[in-house]
Amino acid sequence: MSRVLVGVKRVIDYAVKIRVKPDHSGVVTDGVKHSMNPFCEIAVEEAVKLKEKKFIKEVVAVSCGPTQVTETIRTALAMGCDRGIHVEVSGKDYEAMGPLQISKIFAALAKKEEASLVILGKQAIDDDCNQTGQMTAALLDWPQGTFASEVTIDGEKVKVVREIDGGLETIKISMPAVLTADLRLNTPRYATLPNIMKAKKKKIANMKPADLGVDEPPTRLAGVKVETVDDLVAKLKANGTI
Amino acid sequence: AVGTTTATKAATAKKAQSVESQSFAVNMFKGQINPSQVFPFPSVMNEEQTQFLQELVPPVSKFFEEVNDPAKNDSLEKVEDSTMESLKEMGAFGLQVPQDLGGVGLTNTQYARLVEIVGQHDLGVGITLGAHQSIGFKGILLVGSPAQKEKYLPKLATGETLAAFCLTEPASGSDAASIKTLATLSPCGKHYILNGGKIWISNGGLAEIFTVFAKMPMMDEKTGQMKDKITAFIVERSFGGVTHGPPEKKMGIKASNTAEVYFENVPVPIENVLGEVGGGFKVAMAILNNGRFGMAAALSGTMKGVITQAVDHAANRVQFGSKIHTYGAIQEKLARMTMLQYVTESMAYMISGNMDSGSKDYHIEAAISKIFASTDILWLFPVVCIQGSGVERVMRDLRIFRIFEGTNDILRLFVALNGFQDAGKHLKSLQKALKNPLGNAGLLAGEITKRAKRTAGLSTGLTLQGSVHPELSHSGNLAVKAIEHFGVTVEDMLLKYGKNILHEQFVLKRVADSAIDLYAMVVVLSRASRSLSQGHASAQHEKILCETWCIEAYDRIMKNVKDLKSSSTTQVFKNMKAISAAVVENGGIVAPHPLGF
Repeated sequence: MSRVLVGVKRVIDYAVKIRVKPDHSGVVTDGVKHSMNPFCEIAVEEAVKLKEKKFIKEVVAVSCGPTQVTETIRTALAMGCDRGIHVEVSGKDYEAMGPLQISKIFAALAKKEEASLVILGKQAIDDDCNQTGQMTAALLDWPQGTFASEVTIDGEKVKVVREIDGGLETIKISMPAVLTADLRLNTPRYATLPNIMKAKKKKIANMKPADLGVDEPPTRLAGVKVETVDDLVAKLKANGTI
Repeated sequence: AVGTTTATKAATAKKAQSVESQSFAVNMFKGQINPSQVFPFPSVMNEEQTQFLQELVPPVSKFFEEVNDPAKNDSLEKVEDSTMESLKEMGAFGLQVPQDLGGVGLTNTQYARLVEIVGQHDLGVGITLGAHQSIGFKGILLVGSPAQKEKYLPKLATGETLAAFCLTEPASGSDAASIKTLATLSPCGKHYILNGGKIWISNGGLAEIFTVFAKMPMMDEKTGQMKDKITAFIVERSFGGVTHGPPEKKMGIKASNTAEVYFENVPVPIENVLGEVGGGFKVAMAILNNGRFGMAAALSGTMKGVITQAVDHAANRVQFGSKIHTYGAIQEKLARMTMLQYVTESMAYMISGNMDSGSKDYHIEAAISKIFASTDILWLFPVVCIQGSGVERVMRDLRIFRIFEGTNDILRLFVALNGFQDAGKHLKSLQKALKNPLGNAGLLAGEITKRAKRTAGLSTGLTLQGSVHPELSHSGNLAVKAIEHFGVTVEDMLLKYGKNILHEQFVLKRVADSAIDLYAMVVVLSRASRSLSQGHASAQHEKILCETWCIEAYDRIMKNVKDLKSSSTTQVFKNMKAISAAVVENGGIVAPHPLGF
């Protein structure tokens, strides 16, 4: 029962009015307020709580992206994580990055750090993908407890109450496992100024995806628009997808 | 003979140098420009301090946006207990206490930035925090002995103990030197026994640690007579004999506790003297002076918050078929609010920057910033009309800022008299030089030429070129002209009234108002110049703010200058004095009712 990996993503703050760039190539991010994805905050809070209850010994906060993401890692450290890992990805690579690549990075780190749990937010508020947790579990071949609204450690197992379409579902999974945090899992603590000061002394390690054996993000292939459902089925049959 | 004149020259020059202040305000009273503290706009934080501050702002903002409930605090007439606890955990009670004594160890600039957030959301909380650390225990930080710091600061930093500043008494407000609380040395010589009562004490009902000012009869070495001198003491409630009255019911900052505090035979160990025995008045002034910039910072935040609400209302409210922000009357209001906030904010951070750079000579500027921030904020009152927005509470909270911590009336006198004092010294040294013209030929020649040029309406070479951005050169010239005229006016007043200027409050007020406008002009010139030089996206907007401010400020200054020279204004002062005397004698209005009954 030693280590938990928590993923934190730097996103545009939820209160900001999003503006599209004049060239329609994306949204304006320069000079715009960014903060930790709210679901990641809940993930951090849960991990820190587990440590406070002495179920785990160490919480490691991980973020992938350019230099600015270290701010987000520091916030996680101020909330109580012990150390951080910054996986450096910048520029075009960062823009092209998506859940598949992130989950490859997390899977590699989970193995490297011998984590018992990987806790992520259920989705990011910028892309709303809701994929990284699930993909990470699949790559690791670990059980997953997604949309968690309650987490209880019971020996070598985790009891997870999940918020699903039909209501609540309780599952019991073995560790190591991947969990994703939903809204009602907890209320994240406010970082206090003394904790922010203490966090300055905590270490953030630097690495690149290549160091973890993860390759470049594949160039995303262009999509094709079709007119009808029949066309869609035909196309999918033609390229062997179904 | 040559040797003597050279020696006199050197002595006069040395004296002139030792009196030389780097403060812009001090120099403008002499009609001189010392740009070192105002240009370029100070940028005093290193990378680590900037990064640290950037990490502190979001959690503090978030707390005040989501947890603190100003309306609740106002209706309960206290800060909610849970909020107080969270503020203590957050470290908000020891922002400027050094880290090794349990505080956050912020510089003045960093402190200003956080206090701005508090001011934006809840002035009642702002005063609770400020009464504790900005004045309550500031004395220990400024002049406390290492033992006193170690003993008291850690618990004060965490908020385990709260502090209060105890100076004012029922008969001694602005006239702080007249306080009557008495400290007498006990027979054993180990304690001072404190007796007296203080009034209007913020945190008076909550504090455990009090900075108390009391008078002590002391032997004056020069005259050999006993004189009352003030000493500052650190007094613990636990010493016994300290009681307090019920919380005062106030119009505004209701969440802040204000109470009377009574000291009855309180034994204060002699180790608890703060600063020097008999040096208490200086300690009080140092404390108030040191914390003053915080007010401008907090109020700049308040203004920001109110302006956001005003803009929201103006941009959405439709009357007579159009959004009201399309109407000139509303546009003027929004523009004025924006300019005032720009000036206030610029003053706050210029002063905090100067303080962080080690300046000890900022008292005039600090006083100016407090007066400015609390007077002109009246322009925000139009916003009060918005129902349910919480702005009516802000209006009630703002009233006190013109009164406490040095009333604005007193601070105006302070600004004017301090300025006159330095200008007077300069004049005095000139008068001395006049007695020995040959030995001071250079100095006098310069002054004569300067005055001749001024009389002829020629420029005396005073310039802000090189400091002000070229795009702002016209406004820069306005500022230079204003400084020249202001300097001449100051000199004229000194020559006319001499030492009796002390009693000419009508004059002093106008001089102070001009000084405030002048400093404001220079501060925005500096800030806008920096934005232009750095190519900020907002630079053109700031340029307009700056130019508009300078045009109006220049006009106000020139009117004051003209008034002070005019005989009709002198008559007006005389008349006002007579009107005042008449109503005082009559106990009220003198003129009989127009109806005859």
